[in-house]
Amino acid sequence: MDAIVAEDLRKRYKTVQALDGVSFEVREGEVFGLLGPNGAGKSTTVRTLATLTQPDSGRALVAGEDVVRHPNRVRSLIGYVAQDSGVDWEATGRENLLLQGRIHGMAGAPLRKRVDELFELVGLRDAADRVARGYSGGMKRRLDIALGLVHRPRVLFLDEPTTGLDPEARAAMWVEVERLAEQESLTILLTTHYLEEADRLAERVAIVSQGTVVVEGKPDELKANLRGELVTVELGDEDGRIEDAAALVRTLDGASEVTVDGRHVRARVPNGAQAIPSILSALDGRGFPVASVTTARPSLDDVYLHYTGRDFATEDAGGG
Amino acid sequence: MQLLRQTGWMIVRQLRNLMREPIWIALMIIQPLIWLLLYGQLFSRVGALRGGASSYIEFLTPGIVCMNAFFGGSWSGMAMISDLNRHVIDRFLAAPASRFAIVLSQVVRAGITAVIQALILLLLGLALGVRVHGGVAGWFVVFAAAALLAMTFAGFSHGIALLVRKEASMIAAANFVGLPLMFISAILIPPRQMPHWIEVLSRFNPVNWGVHAARNAIVAGGHWGASSMYLGLLVAATACTSLFATWCFRAYQRSI
Repeated sequence: MDAIVAEDLRKRYKTVQALDGVSFEVREGEVFGLLGPNGAGKSTTVRTLATLTQPDSGRALVAGEDVVRHPNRVRSLIGYVAQDSGVDWEATGRENLLLQGRIHGMAGAPLRKRVDELFELVGLRDAADRVARGYSGGMKRRLDIALGLVHRPRVLFLDEPTTGLDPEARAAMWVEVERLAEQESLTILLTTHYLEEADRLAERVAIVSQGTVVVEGKPDELKANLRGELVTVELGDEDGRIEDAAALVRTLDGASEVTVDGRHVRARVPNGAQAIPSILSALDGRGFPVASVTTARPSLDDVYLHYTGRDFATEDAGGG
Repeated sequence: MQLLRQTGWMIVRQLRNLMREPIWIALMIIQPLIWLLLYGQLFSRVGALRGGASSYIEFLTPGIVCMNAFFGGSWSGMAMISDLNRHVIDRFLAAPASRFAIVLSQVVRAGITAVIQALILLLLGLALGVRVHGGVAGWFVVFAAAALLAMTFAGFSHGIALLVRKEASMIAAANFVGLPLMFISAILIPPRQMPHWIEVLSRFNPVNWGVHAARNAIVAGGHWGASSMYLGLLVAATACTSLFATWCFRAYQRSI
């Protein structure tokens, strides 16, 4: 069964069409990434799935429950970690978690035990009884995640989990999310405008742009479908024959966009691991000495550019 | 049951957070005392203002209890704005928290604060020679009047907070409503001394319902029937404004 089904979700705020027909499915137990620049509609999508925002039209099921018709059933099955921290600053970490558990109908020893377990899980054990006002940004973020997990939800929404964190805290958060996906056997939907984050964490991603999903798939597949990999062969001693080497590579099956740069020959191939042996044996057969071979995959940057026709970094900076 | 449990835990949260604000506690205690001493002195020589009480301070004490309660209630929506800004409300709403429990907990918290302040004011009043002629029942009527007034205005204040969601607008709204209601009331002077049209208006002022109930309990030590009616009106008013605030949640949610 799919943990999340979004079907043609639409939402308009006065002059802005925030969602313009968003559709995707997330399988149970999967880490799924919604990737897109700021303002693409990721947060509105998550808020809709978390029952905070009512869609104008379309349908969404989370853990099998309709978010519009049975919002309270959805709420007890999900954990929602918003982009902006929802921590109560004047309460201690423990008080925050206990209240959240009580809102979910938990009580007594099981709740206290779960809270201890969560402080352990997110690494806040020593800060549990301090007032959250004194927490660092990273600590508040981890408390937010614990707040989303207290009732053992089946689906966890992480809206921009690492925005505003320094690189060190971000790396720690990535490890955290990977561990959660394993230990808590959760379906996780995360949104991000960091390409590397989606690449690292998500088993599948949907690229969102201007309120719709432009493409969906495994990051590796999206990149493979795109233009294959870039293979760079460095010749040890080309002896003025570099153009001949390039010409030879051009004749090989699947190689395209072959270029020469100093002692380097570059070519696009659908799959580097499969192409390299044939490239090497062809060069070797003609007596070209090969010094090194490297492959580079296209990034999600390239995927974004390909499907939207716009450059990710520019779009993101523009906030459009 | 779930509603009451959630309301209870949310009240615990708010009171505990307030207890961590020493300045808030100090002001909560000192401010009503200043009102009582200041106004008590200002009008002490005007005999016509006593309205049958043995001293102006005795006449004034129930008025200040009520003024304090309804001001406290009017401003209590600031807590909702702070929770909205800190995204605590969104976190509650994405969990199965009852909207009514969120509102009710804030309303009850305002009522509890008002009762504590009423107790402080009454104790100071006793020190200044005020007698609660209604006895133990009188004390309870004063506390009930204070709690209900605070709760009535807290419901209203939280509704406004959910609609405007900005501190500046909230301050403007509280002043716009609060100050006229204070002057169209018998807080400072007996109805007999008011211009007729103000006296007529004041009968529809919820603040006045509280003032009459509390003053009956302290000064007259009787008129329990009238006091019960006023308290009943305030219960109805509290219900109305709490429902109004809960309804405002829908307006808030439509806008996000």
